[in-house]
Amino acid sequence: MELIESPLQDLKKEVSTGTTIIAVQYQDGVIIGADSRTSSGSYAVNRVTDKLTPVHDYIYCLRSGSAADTQIIASYVSYYLNMFSIEEGCLPTVKKAAHMFREFCYQNKQYLLASIIVAGWDEENGGCVYNVPLGGSIIKQPFAIGGSGSSYLYGYCDIHFKENMTEEEAISFVSKGITEAIARDGSSGGICRIATINKDGVKRRTIYGNELQKFWEK
Amino acid sequence: MSGIGTGYDLYPTTFSPDGRIFQVEYAHKAVENSSTAIGLCCKDGVVFGVEKIILSKMLVEGTNRRVFSVGEHIGIATAGLTADGRRIVQNARQEAKNYENFTSDIIPIHVLTERLSIYVQVFTLYNYIRPFGCSLMVGSYDEEKGPSLYCIEPDSVALGFYGCAIGKGKQEAKTEISKLKLSEMTCKDAVKEIAKILIKTVHDETKEKEMELEMSWICKETKGKHKLVPKKLIEEAVEWVKGQENEED
Repeated sequence: MELIESPLQDLKKEVSTGTTIIAVQYQDGVIIGADSRTSSGSYAVNRVTDKLTPVHDYIYCLRSGSAADTQIIASYVSYYLNMFSIEEGCLPTVKKAAHMFREFCYQNKQYLLASIIVAGWDEENGGCVYNVPLGGSIIKQPFAIGGSGSSYLYGYCDIHFKENMTEEEAISFVSKGITEAIARDGSSGGICRIATINKDGVKRRTIYGNELQKFWEK
Repeated sequence: MSGIGTGYDLYPTTFSPDGRIFQVEYAHKAVENSSTAIGLCCKDGVVFGVEKIILSKMLVEGTNRRVFSVGEHIGIATAGLTADGRRIVQNARQEAKNYENFTSDIIPIHVLTERLSIYVQVFTLYNYIRPFGCSLMVGSYDEEKGPSLYCIEPDSVALGFYGCAIGKGKQEAKTEISKLKLSEMTCKDAVKEIAKILIKTVHDETKEKEMELEMSWICKETKGKHKLVPKKLIEEAVEWVKGQENEED
C-alpha cells in the first residue's frame, strides 16, 4: 500500500495558481506583485510563472484560482478592451476593465474558479485597484490581496499599509508581503515578480529567491 | 418618376450601370415625404425640433412621438417612416444598455452612432429585407466634449453636424440654419429659432393642416439628460414667432 501518492496522480489534478497576489495604490500609480508557483496537487508545474497579465497598455490583472479559467477570462477582457479603446479613440479606465472582469466572473460563476485583482493607471483617476473575488463581486480598494497565500498577510497589510506611499515604500510593502507568504504558504513559492504602473508606463522587475528578505527563521 | 431605375430598382442587391442602388435612393424619398425635423448644436447643448402635422382633431397632443431617449444622455429625432425609426431606436436602446452592463460606463455618442450605422447598412445588402425608410438625428451633450450631433441616413452614412435638418423642408431649413451663429447661441434661444424655422419657413399653412411642435433638448440645464422642452418655453417661442411676424407686417 502506498502512503505517498504516485507523482502521476498529481498531474491529474486541476492546475491552479495557488498563489499570493498583492496590488497597492501609491503616490503616482499602482505597484503589483505576485509569486511564481503554479501547482498541480503537490507538483510545481511551473516555478517561474508570470501571474502579472497585461490586459491593456496601463492595466494589469493578477490571477488566482484555476489557471485555465483565469487565462481565458483575461484574454477575453483584453480583446474587448482593445476593441472598445479603438472604437472610442481613448485609453480605457481601470474601472471599465474591472467591470468587464466582473461580468465574465459573475455571469459564469457556476463554471469558473477565478479570483482576480485588476490594477492599473488611467488619466481620470490615477492608480486604481479593484478586487473581483470568487463570486463575481467587485470592490475598489486602496490595496488588495488574493490567493491562498493572502490568508497569512491580512495582519501584515493592516499594520503596514499607508496611503500615498512613495514608489520605494510601496515596493518594499509588496515584496515583503510576497516573501512572507511564500515562506508560510505551501502553494506559493519561487521568485517575486513586481511591476510599477504609472503615467510613464509599466516597469517590471524580478526579485530572485536568494534575494528575498529573510524574516524570523531558525 | 416611374421609369427612372427600371430594371435595376427591384432589389437592393442590384447596382445600376451608373453605380447606384435605387432601392436605397427610394428609401431617401420616403424620408423626403415626411415632415421636417431640425437639430442644432448650441453653446451649452443640443436642441431638436419636429414639425408634426396634426392629422385629426381627435388625436391626443404629444402622442405619435418623433423624438426618443436612448439611455438618459442621448436623444434621437426621426423623419420618414416612424415605425422604422422606432425599430432603430429600439436597437439603439439595446446597444446602450448592453454597453453599460458590460463596461459600467455610459455609451459615448460616437460609438452608438457607429453601431447604428452598421445596423442600418445591413438592411441595404439583402433582397428579402428592405432598407429603413427613415433618417435619424442623434444628439448628446457632455461637459467636457461639448455638444455632438450626428445624422444617419437610409444609406447608413453618418455625418457629424453643427446643425442639421431632415424631411420635406430640409433645404429651406438648412438655408436658415446656416444663417445662425450656433457657437454663440444658448439652448433657450435655439428653441425660439427652431420654432421660427418650423412655423414660418417650413410649414405651409395653405397646403397642410395645423401643426404641433415637438421639441427636446440635452443641455447644461438638464444636466446632460435628454428631456422634452417644457411646454411653457415652447408656447413662449410660438408667441415670439407670432410677434416677429406682426413686426414684419
